[in-house]
Amino acid sequence: MSLQPKTEKRRGFLARMMKLPAAAALVSLIGPEKLLADSEGESSNPDERLYAMGVQVNKCIGCGMCVDACKTENDVLREPFFFRTWVERYEIQRDGEVTVESIGSGTSVPALEEEAEAQRVRSFFVPKLCNHCDNPPCVQVCPVGATFKTQDGVILVDSDYCIGCRYCIQACPYGARYLDPRTKTADKCTFCYHRITKGLLPACVEVCPTQARVFGELGARSSPLHRMKRMNSLQVLKPSLNTEPKVFYSDLDGEVR
Amino acid sequence: MRIWKIPDQLVRISILFIVAIVALVVVRQKLIPESFGELGHYRADAVTVAAELPIHYAGLQACVECHDDTAEIKASSYHRSLTCEGCHGPAADHVEDPTEVLPLVPGGRDTCIRCHAYRPSRPTGFPQVIENLHNPMEPCMSCHDPHDPTPPEVPGSCSACHAAIARTKSVSHHWSLDCETCHEAAPEHRENPRAFLPNKPSRREFCGQCHATDATSSSEIPRVEIATHGGRYMCWQCHYPHFPESR
Repeated sequence: MSLQPKTEKRRGFLARMMKLPAAAALVSLIGPEKLLADSEGESSNPDERLYAMGVQVNKCIGCGMCVDACKTENDVLREPFFFRTWVERYEIQRDGEVTVESIGSGTSVPALEEEAEAQRVRSFFVPKLCNHCDNPPCVQVCPVGATFKTQDGVILVDSDYCIGCRYCIQACPYGARYLDPRTKTADKCTFCYHRITKGLLPACVEVCPTQARVFGELGARSSPLHRMKRMNSLQVLKPSLNTEPKVFYSDLDGEVR
Repeated sequence: MRIWKIPDQLVRISILFIVAIVALVVVRQKLIPESFGELGHYRADAVTVAAELPIHYAGLQACVECHDDTAEIKASSYHRSLTCEGCHGPAADHVEDPTEVLPLVPGGRDTCIRCHAYRPSRPTGFPQVIENLHNPMEPCMSCHDPHDPTPPEVPGSCSACHAAIARTKSVSHHWSLDCETCHEAAPEHRENPRAFLPNKPSRREFCGQCHATDATSSSEIPRVEIATHGGRYMCWQCHYPHFPESR
């Protein structure tokens, strides 16, 4: 009586065991990574949709066209203390003193003092903008959820929802934010979100005459950004803060903060 | 008679609580925007708002579609990496209405000077002129076509392009040396500078022609034992030849 089901069980077990080698052979034929990837959805690379920018410091001539174009494209106030992107001129002297100055958006870069030439070791321009951190301090401190990271990695400000408390301006280690006096809300670089979502380049990248700025998606295989990342030693600003910026610099001087 | 009865004060306070909870739900419903929390702790509609802002710069492709003739000239010139709107200004309105809205046509010197004025902070190798010495008052366009800026006449002097070096050298002890003393440039270098690079001295004996102890040059020139001075380093690894007393 009790013998019958036992045989049944044993028979079933043996039959299943027979299927195993067949299944294993099938998996090895298709390839296990393919099976795994299919279960995760279409794209197996989450970086593919993350926008990022590259800045080649040794190509920047400090013409300020990017600053101008940004102000035009994004209706930024013309006063020289409201910038979504700006260009800093570094001047490093023999005694180790470093002078940093924003060159503004005028028609021509102000000349350096000629007397200081003998004291100057090196001088160069560094374009700066919001770093669109992957781990953004500004988003963490916003009390109302008015600044946020979109699914493509861009940090935006919802000016309809911002209460103008300026926590984010304080929190940003790169000084990339300012309070727009017209709306009394925080404002900053959006990577020209209205352009990039339509397949255009950000205004600063569009007008840069020396291609010091490149733009693209992190996962894209053939893009100026990917090429720049391959060919240069890369650096980000303030890496010790673990903000994981998505603006990459090449040939960045150690004095740049 | 019921043994157990809800006390009056409990009923009253319960009503208060219910009213407060209903008020909270209603106020939350009213105050929190509809799309809040759809994608994260933010208003999902804000992404759409940001994506639909007006565009001012139309992009290179829009320019090329009509102005293919100019684009073709530019594409093989030194200005090939520039986009049209860098000099001509934002042109999205012009793309919408090509006859009514005309883009900027820069003249004079300001637009060119913005990039090509000599500034010591600019990377070496980028063509720069000293604006006050390079044909002052003359509009750049009378000699250079901005879409193909190679000068129609070959530059008369090295300083026309290498202003930064010329300027540094002019105030150094090497002021009296011509560029040709140390560099040999093929004549083609003047028309096609990157394809025909001038050469540079490669041996320390070259500097020794003037600076070696046994050289026949003027006695004012500083002398060193060329074979041993500086060890395995070449002269120009310590002394910048265009400004030897510094750096």
